[in-house]
Amino acid sequence: MSQSPLLEVEDLSVSFPGRGGITRAVRNATFSLGRERLGIVGESGSGKSTAGRALLGLVPPPGIVTAKRMSFAGLDLISLRDVDWQALRGRRISMVMQDPKYSLNPVIKIGDQVQEAYRLHHRSTSEEARRRALAMLDAVKIRDPDLVYHFYPHQLSGGMGQRAMIAMMLIAEPDLLIADEPTSALDVTVQNQVLRILDDLVTDRGMGLIFISHNLTIVSSFCDRVLVMYGGRIVEECQANALQAAKHPYTRALLKAAPSLDHPLTELAVVKRNPEWLL
Amino acid sequence: MIEVNDLSVTFRHAGHIIPAVRGVSFAVAEGETFGVVGESGSGKSTILKAIAGLVKADAPSLKINGQSLGLTRSKADRYLMQFVFQDPYGSLHPRQTVDDILREPLLIHGVADAAEKVTVALGDVGLLPLHRFRYPHQLSGGQRQRVAIARALILRPRILLLDEPTSALDVSVQAEILNLISRLRRSYQLTSILVSHDLGVVAHLCSRIAIMQSGRLVEVLDVDSLRRGRAKQAYSLELLSASRGFSRSPS
Amino acid sequence: MSSPLDPPSSEMQPSLRQWLTSDAPASRRQAMLGNFYRAVVTLCSNPAALTGLLIVLTLILIAIFAPLIAGHVSPIHQSLADRLAPPSSLYWFGTDELGRDIFSRTVHGARVTLTIVMLVSVVVAPIGLAVGLLAGYLGGWVDAVLMRITDIFLAFPRLVLALAFAAALGPGIENAVIAISLTAWPPYARIARAETVTIARSGFISAIVLQGASTWRILFRHIMPLCLSSLIVRLTLDMAGIILTAAGLGFLGLGAQPPTPEWGAMVSAGRDVILDQWWVATIPGIAIFVVSLGFNLLGDGLRDVFDPKST
Repeated sequence: MSQSPLLEVEDLSVSFPGRGGITRAVRNATFSLGRERLGIVGESGSGKSTAGRALLGLVPPPGIVTAKRMSFAGLDLISLRDVDWQALRGRRISMVMQDPKYSLNPVIKIGDQVQEAYRLHHRSTSEEARRRALAMLDAVKIRDPDLVYHFYPHQLSGGMGQRAMIAMMLIAEPDLLIADEPTSALDVTVQNQVLRILDDLVTDRGMGLIFISHNLTIVSSFCDRVLVMYGGRIVEECQANALQAAKHPYTRALLKAAPSLDHPLTELAVVKRNPEWLL
Repeated sequence: MIEVNDLSVTFRHAGHIIPAVRGVSFAVAEGETFGVVGESGSGKSTILKAIAGLVKADAPSLKINGQSLGLTRSKADRYLMQFVFQDPYGSLHPRQTVDDILREPLLIHGVADAAEKVTVALGDVGLLPLHRFRYPHQLSGGQRQRVAIARALILRPRILLLDEPTSALDVSVQAEILNLISRLRRSYQLTSILVSHDLGVVAHLCSRIAIMQSGRLVEVLDVDSLRRGRAKQAYSLELLSASRGFSRSPS
Repeated sequence: MSSPLDPPSSEMQPSLRQWLTSDAPASRRQAMLGNFYRAVVTLCSNPAALTGLLIVLTLILIAIFAPLIAGHVSPIHQSLADRLAPPSSLYWFGTDELGRDIFSRTVHGARVTLTIVMLVSVVVAPIGLAVGLLAGYLGGWVDAVLMRITDIFLAFPRLVLALAFAAALGPGIENAVIAISLTAWPPYARIARAETVTIARSGFISAIVLQGASTWRILFRHIMPLCLSSLIVRLTLDMAGIILTAAGLGFLGLGAQPPTPEWGAMVSAGRDVILDQWWVATIPGIAIFVVSLGFNLLGDGLRDVFDPKST
């Protein structure tokens, strides 16, 4: 972990005004991130994905993002204009999304998408960009990168598509990667392959990683620190290997609610939602 | 009670031939919950659909209580087996209230006392009277799945086929629904086949589990062996270790 | 939280509004009415749609109360001494070439327009729906045959077929309606078929099949209600086209026959004098424009209500 934090967020709130009132998707989230792996765990509606998107300025209108502080490597993110965001995205902060079926352009070849991600942020010849794209496809352990370079997304399996997405998002060498459910759409045997690739790349490049997921098992085994979100709030923050000693009742209930192979139960623990958690 | 003998399902589409299920055989005893696990493309859901008659098998391969069933299901067969789908958002008619949805099977089969039966069904799955006349978009994912289960059970079938019933649900909601299924199979005396990609879910509910890969049955394990990792086939072991989560140790 | 319906809702008892928007309806009727209420609120919160709705409602009211609104002035009474009189306090919209009061003729013309539009809708929507449902659900040769028949009718340009019909059957409103209907139904069959094909793949249809429902039950109780919204939107948007086609036929002398006041025929009658006595052709022209616009705006609004993509 480096000395000064890569990302500092204080009191981040995201609200969506609507016909029935204001929906507060994220409430007063405070956390920081160094060059480490931070997992954000929550169920649907917890605000984890919205928080991730707020860090990239990608909250769709009519969402309103406010924070006492939101800075990345000393750069204040709250006051950024669109032009500045474009320079930042992909180059310094990147995002890998859930399903490559939907996040890759279906009519552009894989290789071209990867090299475009490079040329957006670096002046280079097309030869140079192509070379780098091939190198990146190789780095994500795609066999025969020369061949896959000319494939369209629909010709790739889920795991390969996700690896292509990772290649695209890491080619400009960002400092921070936000991964929003990167393995949820993949088969379980493929998940671990992709996670391993992500792990190696993040370690080699000294990047910070925010891993957003609903899967507590994966997050606790992959990340260094874990944040648990519920109803837009961060209810727990702890080291990944200390999750069993979690304090908040929601986290403890969540840990017991998933059926595990190792601990058979006649009845699974049900989360008794306490309205106080939403305050 | 359920005997599947050499079941094969081949899809033909636009010149492509896709063998989704190849020569699968297994048996399910009465009152048992049998699990079928596999990754995508393994054919697990297709087996379930072939049993239900939603897709046509290549040849009749199903016997229930000793009686052979053909390639299609008759109206009377609907009393025998029912189905719970994976997607709680797509399996309920968006323009019908919960009451309409639950009444429909009763109306189709001319069952008397429909209103009372609907009341009982709602209670059995843990829904309240205030949910009765809501539309699906006014219900949460867990509530919708409860309606789907109530609908499947309202004709009192002997067999319940569950296709990834909790995959689209949050972990906490999944726990509630799994507990519900566990309770109901006892009170309704159901024989069930549960398909899932999640070994934890399958181990929780099933006594024996079939592992599928690319349309073929790799092996059948009892739940104890599954939990202890005592599988014979390499693929089963691979699946088991992958389910345990991510590990940094060299694999 | 104020709703755009605030003025009328303060006249509604608060308990009625609560009853409608309750999240625990106690009967199917309450649930359906609640849904309907929510749809109306959504529609009225869109200013363009609300405008369209008001225009259409005004058209209907004018058509129903035509004699009253026209002040019991006859639309066919000729007063040759007053022919081509400009708009004045006596003749609000002036008179035409036979001295008939244009205001009265425009108002009564609303009846003719509404009649044509209603008749065409009543013929076209059910036929299109039935053809589309069967083709989409049954597939195979039924689909092929029905779609080829649809293609044949689609190939005819509306006005040309109408002319052919008028030549064969003679002019008149009923024949105009038949002619327009014959060319207007194919798009509805196409829409219904496309929707049916998509819906038939849904989980809830598989669920109904698994419950043992017959094909007819599936088609008419489960699939049809879902197709209706697209059809209604398309029909509303088409109304403008139907009105214009009817006006076109009227213009060519093939629709309503004199002395029946039909807006298209009125525009035609006024075209000789359009430069000096602009009101004879322009007033009915404006009526056609306003009503077409109203239906278009309403149709857009309905589409947003039935199929909101903005959230």
